[in-house]
Amino acid sequence: MAECHPVGFQWVVEARARGAKVFHIDPRFTRTSAIADRYIPIRAGSDIVLLGALVNHVLTHELDFREYVLAYTNASTIVSEDFQDTEDLDGLFSGFDPETRAYDPSSWAYEGTEEAAAGLRGEQLEGGRHHAEAAGAEQYGSGGAPAPSKSPTDPTLTHPRCVYQVLKRHFARYTPELVAELCGISPEDFAELADAITANSGRERTTAWAYAVGWTQHTVGAQYIRTASILQLLLGNMGRPGGGILALRGHASIQGSTDIPTLFNILPGYLPMPHAHRHEGLDDYLSQAGPDTGFWGRKRSYTVSLLKAWWGDAATEENDFCFDYLPRLTGDHGHYTTVMGQIDGTVKGYFVVGENPAVGSSGGKAQRLGLANLDWLVVRDLTLVETATFWKDGPELQTGEMRTEDIATEVFFLPAASHVEKEGTFTNTQRLLQWREKALEPPGDCRSDLSFYYHLGKRIRQRVGDDEIDRPLRELTWDYPEHGEQREPSGEAVLREINGTGPDGRTLSAYTELKADGSTRCGCWIYCGVYADEVNQAARRKPGSEQTWVAPEWGWAWPANRRMLYNRASADPEGRPWSERKAYIWWDADKGEWTGHDVPDFEKNKPPDYLPPDGALAEAALAGTDPFIMQPDGRGWLYAPAGLADGPMPAHYEPHESPVRNPLYGQQSNPAREIYPRAESPYNPPESPRFPHVLTTYRLTEHHTAGAMSRPLAHLAELQPALFCEVSPLLAAELGLVNGGWATIVTTRTAIEARVLVTDRVRPLRIQGRVIHQIGLPYHWGWGSGGLTTGDAVNDLLPIVLDPNVYIQEGKAVTCDLRPGRRPRGRALLDLIEEYRRG
Amino acid sequence: MAGGKNWISRWPVFRQLMGESGRGDAARSARTDALRPRTEKADSVARSICPYCAVGCGQLVYVKDGRVSQIEGDPDSPISRGRLCPKGSASKQLVTHPGRQTQVLYRRPHGTEWERLDLETAMDMIADRVVRTRRETWQQEDEGKVVRRTMGIASLGGATLDNEENYLMKKLYTALGAIQVENQARI
Ligand code: SF4
Repeated sequence: MAECHPVGFQWVVEARARGAKVFHIDPRFTRTSAIADRYIPIRAGSDIVLLGALVNHVLTHELDFREYVLAYTNASTIVSEDFQDTEDLDGLFSGFDPETRAYDPSSWAYEGTEEAAAGLRGEQLEGGRHHAEAAGAEQYGSGGAPAPSKSPTDPTLTHPRCVYQVLKRHFARYTPELVAELCGISPEDFAELADAITANSGRERTTAWAYAVGWTQHTVGAQYIRTASILQLLLGNMGRPGGGILALRGHASIQGSTDIPTLFNILPGYLPMPHAHRHEGLDDYLSQAGPDTGFWGRKRSYTVSLLKAWWGDAATEENDFCFDYLPRLTGDHGHYTTVMGQIDGTVKGYFVVGENPAVGSSGGKAQRLGLANLDWLVVRDLTLVETATFWKDGPELQTGEMRTEDIATEVFFLPAASHVEKEGTFTNTQRLLQWREKALEPPGDCRSDLSFYYHLGKRIRQRVGDDEIDRPLRELTWDYPEHGEQREPSGEAVLREINGTGPDGRTLSAYTELKADGSTRCGCWIYCGVYADEVNQAARRKPGSEQTWVAPEWGWAWPANRRMLYNRASADPEGRPWSERKAYIWWDADKGEWTGHDVPDFEKNKPPDYLPPDGALAEAALAGTDPFIMQPDGRGWLYAPAGLADGPMPAHYEPHESPVRNPLYGQQSNPAREIYPRAESPYNPPESPRFPHVLTTYRLTEHHTAGAMSRPLAHLAELQPALFCEVSPLLAAELGLVNGGWATIVTTRTAIEARVLVTDRVRPLRIQGRVIHQIGLPYHWGWGSGGLTTGDAVNDLLPIVLDPNVYIQEGKAVTCDLRPGRRPRGRALLDLIEEYRRG
Repeated sequence: MAGGKNWISRWPVFRQLMGESGRGDAARSARTDALRPRTEKADSVARSICPYCAVGCGQLVYVKDGRVSQIEGDPDSPISRGRLCPKGSASKQLVTHPGRQTQVLYRRPHGTEWERLDLETAMDMIADRVVRTRRETWQQEDEGKVVRRTMGIASLGGATLDNEENYLMKKLYTALGAIQVENQARI
């Protein structure tokens, strides 16, 4: 965190000064470790073992916050008799189909709902196959999967099939000994960590976990986070101040890019993209788009208002509000599948906007082969990134695999406006929208991406005819005020459309005002309120020093300016703070409302003793004690009866490429992981002696992503002037590597060279009785981007293998070989890789 | 500065050699006292946000004579309290560095060099290609089901795009029937 979110880390430092104990668990020693009370090195790819052992520790010693667990989680719910665990099936859950390598999750359901689960509505309940096919889990960016809200429970938590007991059996073999064997963490270090987090949780205290892509870029990435969620729910650390699981997102508006997604499988506000084979019309879609109970129960209002925002008066009740204008998915249309489509020639035209896949995505060669096979390519960026210049200076030209003259791709490079030359909002890692004022006009041909897409859209609309296929374009609302000589569209007008308007044409102030009858328009329901009262709330800048510590008047957080989600859980079931120290939101019986330091993430006037009448829908179906309002049952899920493609509970699987055998189950790796069996990007065999080391990639404080925004800057290039690999003194001695000299890192994809940094910061770990070396590589380099420092692209080394829930690639734990000296040039590089592939 | 017989005793080098701290008063000279911060002379100041990581530190962007003269941390921000890390502090260079491209470039199929292209022409050419490719690759049905889409056009965006930009992108692509729309957020 100190490395990659440096200014955010000041709050950790402050907390520590006030007595908080900081643990840092990471394969490499960083500036975070230097300040932490305790640094614990871990083998990359083994975190579920550690987290699972913590869960086991809490359950075995009954250290859970029982009152919280009983009231706010699904611990007491009884699971179907049909469910079989990884303990029963040697690493598989029930419902796995080896042929399609996908789960049918109907047997994971709660008791009494199996039938419903098997047939029913939920795209997610319908079958893991469909779910995995379109990365359905992403839809839960703002809430859970559909599941019946009423199921039998056992509040004594003794029923052998209640979630609590199921969990206990599932994690029983996740012991400190296993942690030592697989993570390389000693039983003493484990005990210190386990004691610290349990002692620091409960009524008076809370513990927070923070993570970044070190937890997500794995074939079991979503389950890493699930394990942490289970732990935090058991300890009562969710929805409470000082608690939570903090996703430290890496880029200025990466949160915004999922909320208003440029992602294939979702629409704004985490509504799913419709699927051809399951969603005929709007009703059909809505019956499967999310649960009917909890706030997802209002999904018709969200969807209809979105369609009204896009197709305006053309969208009417009679024509299903133009629902059939939405194109349909039929499977995985994600980034890596798209690249394969480029190589295979189905994808002809490609827009790359502020992104640099030629060096920034896993399996760089496959990326460049795709680029070289396009009809046309549009690249928009501040500098000439490698993706724009691959035809001129890509590594395949040196090896002779490509010739410039043979590449038929037509390339347009359009220079972009910088962040100070345009207005707009970023959404930071706390869901906070902050408006940027424009400081000056962009130079030359530089334009904002807003301008580019607006004017491109105008031109396209001028070119389309009367054809039926052009109707969605013709009828699209595409009218924004233009400013200045460059005819820049108004960002505020776009933000206002995102916020939404009512029948009177004025902006709405909350998503609860959205209607399903077509009388409201809203471009992204979770952002409704950002333009309340016709005021750009994201532009609010009341100084922090003049506000409470929650600072509600700086920017605007979704939803409804709530700074902490699910904060109803900060009070006990009766609505009183769990303790004075941890008071955040509470019930004021005299006024009949929830009040406190933040906007309550709960209906303001719903009393703690509210019980839903039978058949209630949407939020009315949740009791006054159900804090997790986006979940169909209002509860935190220790066990997920639906919603995940690879199991209702996390299980440890080894990375796709691992030097170690999985001792827990016969199943070595995640059985549902996404594999691309393609020659362009092959895999290292598991436990291969040719690739004995663990490779992990990461970032440095002084650089950003693939370097296009940092390597051309003199100050940053000087601070971190070269690509390096971090190796331990032991490995350096073994291989004859010299500090400051060169090393070549090899996988079956390619070999790259880097300066050697011999350092104690990476420690050899004893895993299953032998020494495993980890090699750390920052991935900021590439050959171009106008860099004052250039180097080989680390991502070229990485395999294309993905998490089945969200299609994120496994970049944080792969295997490699390491050799002293520089890599071969030209053809000889291919010969070296060929030699490795032969084994 | 050189005037007067006491100049040597006021000379920073001398004072520091005599043991005064180089980080306090002894670092000052008449010349440094006369220096004024660039921020004071700015024509305008814009309230902005750092474009690198997701912490979202506040920035104050100072403009003088139509150029960015300084970027500083915004002390009012309850998130960053005026601080910026090395990247945020270097962001003036991000917007002013000489390697920044300000002209449209074009590489024709099989071409070996970049060519210049007028922005308006480039926009027209791109619009032509989108319309053409969309028509050529239009898919009305897939396995008997209506899909109304093109698999011929794809997009990949970075995570420094504004929300408003992502919104127009998703809206336009959806109306075009282009579904292979992806973002750094996946990668
Ligand atoms: S200044 Fe540094 S910590 Fe703050 S947003 Fe920018 S990159 Fe992140």
